[in-house]
Amino acid sequence: MIKFNLFVLPFSLGLIYIVYSIIMHYYRWIKALPALDKVKLSTGIRTPSKVFASLKEIFLEGLIHRKLWKRNPLLGYMHMSFALGWFLLIVMGNLESRVYHGAHFNAPYYPIFLKFFIHDRLVLFFEIFTVPAFFRFMMDFLLLFVLSGLVLALVKRKQSNWFGMKQTTRHSLFDRVILTCLWLIFPMRLLAESYTAGYFHGGGGFLTQNLGNLLIAVTPGPAELIAYFFWWSYSLVLGLFFIMMPYSRYMHIPSELLLIVFRHCGIQPKKWGSAFSDLEVYSCSRCGVCIDACQLNFAAGINNIQAVYLIRGQRDQYIPENIALTCMLCGRCQEVCPVGIKVDSLRLIKRREIGSGQVSDFSYIASSHPGFADVVYFAGCMSHLTPSITIAMEGLFTAAGVNYLFLDRDGSICCGRPLMLAGKDKQANELMEFNKTLIRQTRARLLVTSCPICYKIFREEYNLPIRIQHHSQYLLDLVRNGKIPLQSQHRKVVYHDPCDLGRGGNIYSAPRELLGKISDLLPSEKECANALCCGGSLGLMNTSVQSKDEVTRNALHSLLEHEPDFLVTACPLCKKTFAKHSGTEVKDIAEMVYDAIP
Amino acid sequence: MIDFGYTLTRDRQLDYDRGDFRFLRIVRAMEPSLDVCIGCGSCTATCSAGHFTGFNIRKLHTLIQRGDNETIKAELKKCMFCGKCQLVCPRGVNLRNLILAMNRAIEQLG
Ligand code: SF4
Ligand code: SF4
Ligand code: SF4
Ligand code: SF4
Repeated sequence: MIKFNLFVLPFSLGLIYIVYSIIMHYYRWIKALPALDKVKLSTGIRTPSKVFASLKEIFLEGLIHRKLWKRNPLLGYMHMSFALGWFLLIVMGNLESRVYHGAHFNAPYYPIFLKFFIHDRLVLFFEIFTVPAFFRFMMDFLLLFVLSGLVLALVKRKQSNWFGMKQTTRHSLFDRVILTCLWLIFPMRLLAESYTAGYFHGGGGFLTQNLGNLLIAVTPGPAELIAYFFWWSYSLVLGLFFIMMPYSRYMHIPSELLLIVFRHCGIQPKKWGSAFSDLEVYSCSRCGVCIDACQLNFAAGINNIQAVYLIRGQRDQYIPENIALTCMLCGRCQEVCPVGIKVDSLRLIKRREIGSGQVSDFSYIASSHPGFADVVYFAGCMSHLTPSITIAMEGLFTAAGVNYLFLDRDGSICCGRPLMLAGKDKQANELMEFNKTLIRQTRARLLVTSCPICYKIFREEYNLPIRIQHHSQYLLDLVRNGKIPLQSQHRKVVYHDPCDLGRGGNIYSAPRELLGKISDLLPSEKECANALCCGGSLGLMNTSVQSKDEVTRNALHSLLEHEPDFLVTACPLCKKTFAKHSGTEVKDIAEMVYDAIP
Repeated sequence: MIDFGYTLTRDRQLDYDRGDFRFLRIVRAMEPSLDVCIGCGSCTATCSAGHFTGFNIRKLHTLIQRGDNETIKAELKKCMFCGKCQLVCPRGVNLRNLILAMNRAIEQLG
C-alpha cells in the first residue's frame, strides 16, 4: 500500500522541478562543449583512473571539504556537516525506509517523511542492537550533525573571525531568502519528528524521542495537529528550497560535481565565454574565501570587485565594468578558492568582451636582422626602467662566457602581455609576431628574460620552438654548472615572489636556491603561493595611484618585518614599484648574483 | 611658387569655441587623474612606442584638452600599452587607464 498525505506535495513538486532543472543544465553544458572537449569527456568517463580520481575529489572536496578544513577547522567542519551530513541523511533514510518497506519501489518522499508514516513503539533498553533501533540512532545522530553545522553557520554571521574569515560575502536579498529556507529545513524536521515521536510515545531516537516527550509535556494544545503543522512546514521549506535552487548559489552543489568531472577529463578554460566558464560560474558557492585573500580589499579598502562579486555578476548576466577592470590579476584569490575556479581567466574573458574593439597600428616597427647567438636575452620594457638589472645580466653573461645576444638592447617591442591583460588579444598578437620573428631569426636554443610578465606570455602564447627561462632559473643553471664562481656576502635578505613568476609561472625554488648560495635568506610571513602582489600589477586598469600605493606599503610592511639588509625580487616591475616606498634597498636577484662574484 | 627663403607657418591658433570637448568629458570622467598632469614629458621620454616612431603620449593628453580629436585617433593606435609611462610619471597620472579612456571615447564618438 502506498502511503500518502497531502503535505508531501510541496516537497515532491520541488524535487521534480530540481531534478528536471539539473538534468537540463547538465544537458546544456555538455551540449555546448566544443567537439574536441566532447571527445575528451566521453573517453574520460570511460577511463577508470579518471572516474576514480573524479569520485575521490568529489568525496574529498564536495563532501568533506578538505581545502576548507586546511584553512580553518571550524569552517571545514561547518561545511562538512551540511554536505556530508545531509548526504548521509539521504542515504541512511533510504536504507531505513527499505527496512520498513519490502517493495522495490519507494515513493521519493517516503524516506524523507518516514516518521510521519511509521510509528514504532518505544525501543526498550535491551533492543538497542536491533536494526530499527540502529537506524533510529543513526538518523538522529546525523540530524544532530547537520544541526551543529547550522548553529556554527549562525555563529559565523556574528563571529566570522573564529572561522578564519575577516569578511564574508554580502548576499543579495534573494540569497538571504533561500538561505533562510535552507536553515529552516533541519529545525523543521527536528520539530516534526519530535512532536510525532512524543505524541505516539515511540518511533524517535535519542534526540527526537526525548525532545518530543519534553515538548509534549511543556506545550499545551493538540499535539497531533502541531506535529502535522511542522510536517507541512518541513515539506514546504524543502519544496521552496528546491524550486529556488536553480536560480540561487546552491546550484553550485550539482555544478561542482560536473566541473570536477570536466577537469579530470582534461577540459580547459577557453579565451572566450564557453560551457566550461559558465559551469565555473555556477560552481561558485559564494563562500567568500576569496575576499580575505585580496589585497585590494585588506590593503586598499576596495571591497566590491573580488572574485565572488565578479562571478555573481556573471551569473546575473551583468558585470559592472569596474568589477572587470579593477583587479591586479595577482592570482591570490584563485589560489585559495576551494572550488579551484580559474578566476583570472573568467575576468579576462570579461575584459575581452569590453576591450577588444580598439584598433592598433604597429606598422612603424621596422626591425633588421638581429644576428645569431646561442642564447637570446630579452630584457623586456620594464627592465629598461631598471638598468641595474640589464647591466648585471650582461656582466653575468660575459663572466660565464656565454655567446648571447641582447635582443632588445635598443628598446623593447612590448611582449604583448600588457595588452592581453586589458583583453586586447588581437593587438597583442600583432606585437607578438614581431618578437617571434626576431627570436626565430637569432637561431638561439634558449631564450632568457628578466621579466616574469614576458616569461609568462613567452611560455603560454608564443609557441616558440626553443627553451624559455626566466633569469633566476638560468642563473641557477650557470651556477650549478660552475660557470659563475660565487662567494656568499652573508647579507640578510628577504625574497619577494613576483606574481607572474610564482603563482603565474610556478617558479618558487630556483630563486630561493640561488639566494641561499649567496646570502642569508630570511623567511617572510607570506611567501610562495601565498605571496603578496607588489601593487604595480599591469592587470590593474582603473585604480588610482593612491590605492596602489596602499597595496605596496602594506606588502612592504609584511616583507620587511625581519629587517633584512636587502629586499630581493626577480621582476623589474616589482623592483620599481617597491623602490618608490621602501626604506630598505630593493635588488633584483640578478644584481645579487652579479655582486657575489668574487 | 617663388622661394623667398621663408614660408608662412600653419595657423596655430586654438579656437576653444570650436573645439570638440565631448572627448574630453568622456576621458575625464573615466580617468580624473588627467587633470594633475604637469606636462613634464617623462612619459614620452620613456615610451616604448615613442622609441620607434614620433609617437608622443604627453602631446595626446594635451590634445584632448584642446579638443583636437582627429590627431588623437590617428596617433593612439601606436601605443603598445606596456605601462612604462605610468611608472615614471611623477604625478601619478594613471596613464594606461587614460589610454583606455581615449580608446573608449573614440569608440563612442566614432
Ligand atoms: S570564487 Fe571560490 S573562493 Fe570565491 S566565493 Fe566563489 S567558491 Fe568561494
Ligand atoms: S586576482 Fe588579486 S586583485 Fe584580483 S580579485 Fe583576486 S586577489 Fe584581488
Ligand atoms: S609623466 Fe605624468 S605629469 Fe609628466 S607629462 Fe606625462 S602624464 Fe604628465
Ligand atoms: S603604455 Fe603606450 S604610451 Fe605608455 S610607454 Fe607604453 S607605449 Fe608608450
